[in-house]
Amino acid sequence: MTIGATATRIPIWRNVRVIAWAFQLVVFSIVAIIVYWLVGNYRVNTASSGIPTNFDFLDNPARFSIPGSPFDGNQAVRAAFGVGILNTLRISVVGIVMATVIGILVGIGRLSTNWVVNKLSVVYVEVVRNLPLLVILVFVFLGVVLQALPRIENAWRPLGLVVVSNRGIGVPWYQSGSGSLLVLIGMMGIGGWWVLARWRRSVSERTGELARSGPIGSAFFLLAIVLGWFLLGLQVSLPRVDGRTIAGGIRVDPSYFAVLIALVIYTASHIAEIVRGSIQAVSRGQGEAAKALALSPFQRMWNVILPQAMRVAIPPLGNQYLNLIKNSSLGAGFAYFELTNVAQITVGNGSPAVPAFTLALLFYVVISLVTSAVVNLANRRFALVER
Amino acid sequence: MTTLADRSPLPTRSRPAAVIWVRRNLLRTKLDVFLTVAFGAVGLLVLFHIFRFVFITARWEIVRVNLKLLLVGRWPVEHLGRIALVMITLGWWGGTIGGLIRAGQLRRGTADFDLRGWAKATDLGRRFGLLTATCLLILALSTTSGPWLLAAGTLTAALIGRWGGSKIRSMPLAPALFRLGGVVLLATPFILFLYLVSAVAFARWEGFLFNLTAAAAGIILCFPLGVLLALGRRSTLPLLRSLSIGYIEFVRGSPLYVLLLLANVSLEFFVPSALAPSKPVRAVITFTLFTAAYLAEIVRGGLQSVPRGQEEAAKALGLSPYRQMTRIVLPQALRNVIPAQIGQFISLFKDTTLAGLALGTFDLLSGGQAITQQDSFRGQGLIVESLVFVGFLFWVGSFTMSRESQRLERKLGVGTR
Repeated sequence: MTIGATATRIPIWRNVRVIAWAFQLVVFSIVAIIVYWLVGNYRVNTASSGIPTNFDFLDNPARFSIPGSPFDGNQAVRAAFGVGILNTLRISVVGIVMATVIGILVGIGRLSTNWVVNKLSVVYVEVVRNLPLLVILVFVFLGVVLQALPRIENAWRPLGLVVVSNRGIGVPWYQSGSGSLLVLIGMMGIGGWWVLARWRRSVSERTGELARSGPIGSAFFLLAIVLGWFLLGLQVSLPRVDGRTIAGGIRVDPSYFAVLIALVIYTASHIAEIVRGSIQAVSRGQGEAAKALALSPFQRMWNVILPQAMRVAIPPLGNQYLNLIKNSSLGAGFAYFELTNVAQITVGNGSPAVPAFTLALLFYVVISLVTSAVVNLANRRFALVER
Repeated sequence: MTTLADRSPLPTRSRPAAVIWVRRNLLRTKLDVFLTVAFGAVGLLVLFHIFRFVFITARWEIVRVNLKLLLVGRWPVEHLGRIALVMITLGWWGGTIGGLIRAGQLRRGTADFDLRGWAKATDLGRRFGLLTATCLLILALSTTSGPWLLAAGTLTAALIGRWGGSKIRSMPLAPALFRLGGVVLLATPFILFLYLVSAVAFARWEGFLFNLTAAAAGIILCFPLGVLLALGRRSTLPLLRSLSIGYIEFVRGSPLYVLLLLANVSLEFFVPSALAPSKPVRAVITFTLFTAAYLAEIVRGGLQSVPRGQEEAAKALGLSPYRQMTRIVLPQALRNVIPAQIGQFISLFKDTTLAGLALGTFDLLSGGQAITQQDSFRGQGLIVESLVFVGFLFWVGSFTMSRESQRLERKLGVGTR
């Protein structure tokens, strides 16, 4: 018997790779057995109570209408889901923008040397961050919107521009039908801004003159909007009380308003903490150097500190945006017709629960994955390149 | 030592400290003057309205009448004694653990000795003053003497436990006895839970009791799954890793509210119909499965914070892979993430309110809404009073816990290494 052949050959039960794969297979089969058991139960139970497990319910008529949208009950459930997704996006995008702006302001306020501003920011952040979102939401919906706002008969009309009542809030809006023209003007304004900014930057790089692309560009943008508005003869539609409803302008649904405000208040407090932490993470020398260059406090913050702070803040900010999107599902409890509410209502109308909610979950998971991919991309683009 | 103040200009030129403070903190620049005036006015207005509401216009009798309903729901009156006993035992339990930790710190010399007398009192006041004030507020709202006796009993038990805990460390006891004591301490919360459940099924736990126990149960039960998922995610075995990543990303991408809705209407389809759980149990199952994914990410961070040398040293000592993990790496990893775990507990504590909305269970928040519909309070618009009380309880809990976790973070030195 030769020694070499047997000694170099590791017995199969001691081979690390074999053990690893065997271990994985054991774990995998345990998981598979559990899943098989759950799915089997689901099959049996749904079959015995005659509940469908497929997605055919999407073609059934929805049998409910959605306020504030042309959707009516004869359309398919599929279309209702579409409207729900749009409403989720509508509240999420507006909420993210508002929460970011307020969060950044409060975050800067927490570092302010002004005692009043500082203390107010601290109180706001500490109070809101430690409250459950649902408490804030119920408070805004039941306590403020439905109780503190006046009834439609004696609605508040400050300056005749806005109508505030517990049946909704009317704000001035462009005359319906001129939306595409407005978009066109806006796009021209933004294009002009971009061109002007590039030109100013090149001038600045050549001559050393101040670029001022921000003020010049935004002035052009405003000019374009105002000029276009008057040249094309667009009209503003003011909201007014018409019987028991709000006519003209655009009516903000009380549910939308309440959910939006609660989401913004809650998320802004978290964003403020992130912004504060990121500003503190910027090395002190940066601010001192900016001061030594005689930059104004605004320039110091806007041009030197915030860009570096935002670099640190991108990943946690992305998390907060995701939380806001997911938290918008709470709108379902407050009569806002976003995705979860649509799913809940169709289930109430007899659609099978598991497929309907799974569909909603899938949407949230996909949007989460997309958002985190975008955040990762932004992070890679802006992250400090080290060695 | 000369400081700047010693070399300041002549005393005749200096201004009173208050004036300097105002100039420096309120009126530094023109913008500051504007901000101070504007925000000061807003702040004073808000403060005025809050004070007027709390002390003059609010009708707190809705809270006073429904205090028991808010705290423990429709818990049978004859079993309230069990809750009292549990609270006293928990006081002793917490005190003992605190005492043991303190004794350990004293032995290792890591305790902060500099706090004595008045400084110690103010430190305690800053840390637990709010909590004490809240307890006193609830006691003041109660109409009988029972809660007062209970509070006194709990406090006494905690003090006795703390004294005993700090003494027991230095006693010459056999190691086996120590181990037994450790097991008793670990088992105490479970025994207390069983003691309560044997009287009133978990399906009937309501009010603030539900919020507290559901959050505690969720965070304890999610531990095994969470740690396994974290290990799976870091493992080099492809099958395990993809399973873990799939679960973690799916759960982290889905809203808790939708998962609760799903559990509400369809959990009974996935188990044999005899096992269909009650609504509070469904909520706890969902919280557990949900939090496990977040805990996995926290533990993963902890595992990454343990230096590689630890594992290599364990390997060099000839420990098996299982022992390397359970004896060397995991203890350090879990210790490092205690503050993050507390943060997760706080967020679960706040999220327990979703159960009321999704499943219709009677928790503190849904109870707070329900009491405004009682015959004696309907249509009187007392929702604000009720919500302020509910929100205040949640706020005090979260605020105190997050403060304590920040303190712990500083003590553990997490993030400074």
